[in-house]
Amino acid sequence: MSVHALSPAPLALVNARLIDPEQLTEARGGVLVRDGVIMALGAGVSAGALPGDVKVVDCHGDCVSPGLIDLRAFVGEPGAEHRETIATATAAAAAGGITTMLAMPNTDPPIDDPAVVDFLLRRARDTGRIKVLSAATLTRKAAGHELSEVGLLQAAGAVAFTDGLHSVADARVMRRALTYARDFSALVMHFCEDASLADGGVMNEGELASRLGLTGIPREAETIVLERDLRLVALTGARYHAAVVSSSQSLALIARAKADGLPVTCSTTINHLTLNESDIGDYRTFLKLSPPLRGEDERLSLVEGLRDGVIDTIVSDHNPQDVETKRLPFAEAAPGAIGLETLLSAALRLFHAGQVGLPDLMAALTCKPALILGLPQGRLAVGAPADLIRFDPDEPFVLDTNSLRSRCRNTPFDGSRMEGRVKLTLVDGRVAFEEQGILRG
Amino acid sequence: MSAATPVFSHRHLLGIEGLSALELTALLDLANEAVDLSRQVEKKRSTLRGRTQINLFFEASTRTQSSFEIAGKRLGADVMNMAVAASSIKKGETLIDTAATLNAMHPDIIVVRHNQAGAVHLLARKVGCSVVNAGDGAHEHPTQALLDALTIRRNKGRIEGLVVVICGDILHSRVARSNILALSALGAQVRVCGPSTLLPAGIERMGVTVFRDMTLALRDADIVMMLRLQRERMNGGFVPSTREYFRFFGLDEAKLKLAKPDALVMHPGPMNRGVEIDTLVADGAQSLIQEQVEMGVAVRMAVLEALARHLPNSSPQ
Repeated sequence: MSVHALSPAPLALVNARLIDPEQLTEARGGVLVRDGVIMALGAGVSAGALPGDVKVVDCHGDCVSPGLIDLRAFVGEPGAEHRETIATATAAAAAGGITTMLAMPNTDPPIDDPAVVDFLLRRARDTGRIKVLSAATLTRKAAGHELSEVGLLQAAGAVAFTDGLHSVADARVMRRALTYARDFSALVMHFCEDASLADGGVMNEGELASRLGLTGIPREAETIVLERDLRLVALTGARYHAAVVSSSQSLALIARAKADGLPVTCSTTINHLTLNESDIGDYRTFLKLSPPLRGEDERLSLVEGLRDGVIDTIVSDHNPQDVETKRLPFAEAAPGAIGLETLLSAALRLFHAGQVGLPDLMAALTCKPALILGLPQGRLAVGAPADLIRFDPDEPFVLDTNSLRSRCRNTPFDGSRMEGRVKLTLVDGRVAFEEQGILRG
Repeated sequence: MSAATPVFSHRHLLGIEGLSALELTALLDLANEAVDLSRQVEKKRSTLRGRTQINLFFEASTRTQSSFEIAGKRLGADVMNMAVAASSIKKGETLIDTAATLNAMHPDIIVVRHNQAGAVHLLARKVGCSVVNAGDGAHEHPTQALLDALTIRRNKGRIEGLVVVICGDILHSRVARSNILALSALGAQVRVCGPSTLLPAGIERMGVTVFRDMTLALRDADIVMMLRLQRERMNGGFVPSTREYFRFFGLDEAKLKLAKPDALVMHPGPMNRGVEIDTLVADGAQSLIQEQVEMGVAVRMAVLEALARHLPNSSPQ
């Protein structure tokens, strides 16, 4: 299904709990969608007050909010279609309430050439259910040595520059990359990990790793690189987004950089906000992640960072891995977890635990990532693209791996009790996902 | 050539830095006369008769070295070329040893190019003769700036008030530094333009306006001076690729249209066609690139002559 085809019939979602992540408010009312944009909004949009051509959907008090925007998703296309295609990834995303995702460039071939950006965007248009944006590598082949063609890649449609899974080790290369990107006002996203400190490590360094007999990765592997980057940001003035922060130390650095007025933002993953190293339990490789899950105290500091706004966005860090790469001894398994379809449900755990208010939580999943990429969507406002979701935040369910739409099964939430389910996803006013029968009202 | 240029009274020409507008103008006036001389059938003068000029090039050069050689010979000097591969000498101590050796041969003028900034100054302190800097590292290349100024003045009738855009690898360019100094001293408004990775820190403190977007830099430009991008800097170290560089920083006809209609194009050579400059522009009607080469000989004649006036045992002509 294409998101750019002819506009569907006008649609109104009425009797809803409208979540406005920009104003951080919620109110009863409805949303009228016409020609792919939000035409009207609020208490006035109700069943009796709409023209006859509008299809009216009674939400029965469910939440309606902008669709989620995920700044970090790894898709197998091109090169690893056996793990995930744009079709399967976007089907999973739509079912999870994600309406825009940023595809990471660690493909084969990597997205380091304008022709590959073009390929990805065309595939997304032809086979995707949601809006797929392309990141491109910051350095050629994401190898950390030579600058990517930032100008040509940007002209081809790349909206951010990152080596994705990889960290640029060489400070001079990083400095030049930031300097060069700044000229093009390009956003640099960087995964911070000192390869030498992390070398051989498979989980968080500490007591648990020692008990399990596994090699640890210290938090400093992240903070040392982040600290270096922030100094280079101050030197170069480039726009910088720390792709994943996983510790309180990193949050302190980000908070200071923001206080200093640097153009810095950061994400953490849904996994780091809702899980900790103890969940690895009996060497469960689906919980082997990069960066590794930290201790509970670190998780709580991330939740606090989210509440304080030090953390701007929550990402799925969706990374499909199959039995070949996961059904192995823990140390040999590939890191990564799928997360598109469970992003909202898992995030709602923080709401249900009383740790974050619903509008604040939704802001980190919608308008804040939109702001970072300069996107018009992610807002509940008249004139904004009608990328909308309807969800019941309280509906309980047990996650059944076999029900997931991703081509891979490596979810860390297998068998977990969750609350909150997406019932309808609209992209530019068009239905990208619906719970069976939901549109019959 | 004229009998006297009393305003230029230096023993060496090590850089543009420190020279006044008056001194620069005097050298340009002298060079202008040398242009006329060089266009005659009989080009020889005896200004430097009996004098020995050594061209000491630690870095390979075709056009600058031959230009100095022709200039010296036209003025009657005995010219000797010494090519020293930079890799074969150890810097510092050996450079001074070389200077001492040369000094013992009693040359009158040594023309030096070296890949290290400051090396020519070091050598100048160790010899008894006049020294001309033919390029030291990324520091200065004064005769290039003089020939560029002469070319501009002859084509535009003036330098003062012109908008000159120097575009490309400013970071590694001695040509850019000398031109910024010379053209600013002569009253031009100098702009520099390039990707930030090729702009030296604090360059705006040299009195230039800095642009990262060439389409903005070229607005109202009278002169567009393109710089060479070295091959080893094209592939990811400083700029991602030649195709990206050409797209954003290469001078093609479309970009040149953004400058004034009568804007003129310069390049110190050797050019990378399709990297920093399009062939159609390099060979086009607005190009002064060939004329720059001609002015090179004239300017070097003027410099040699001006320095010869202050050589010991100089006899008034």
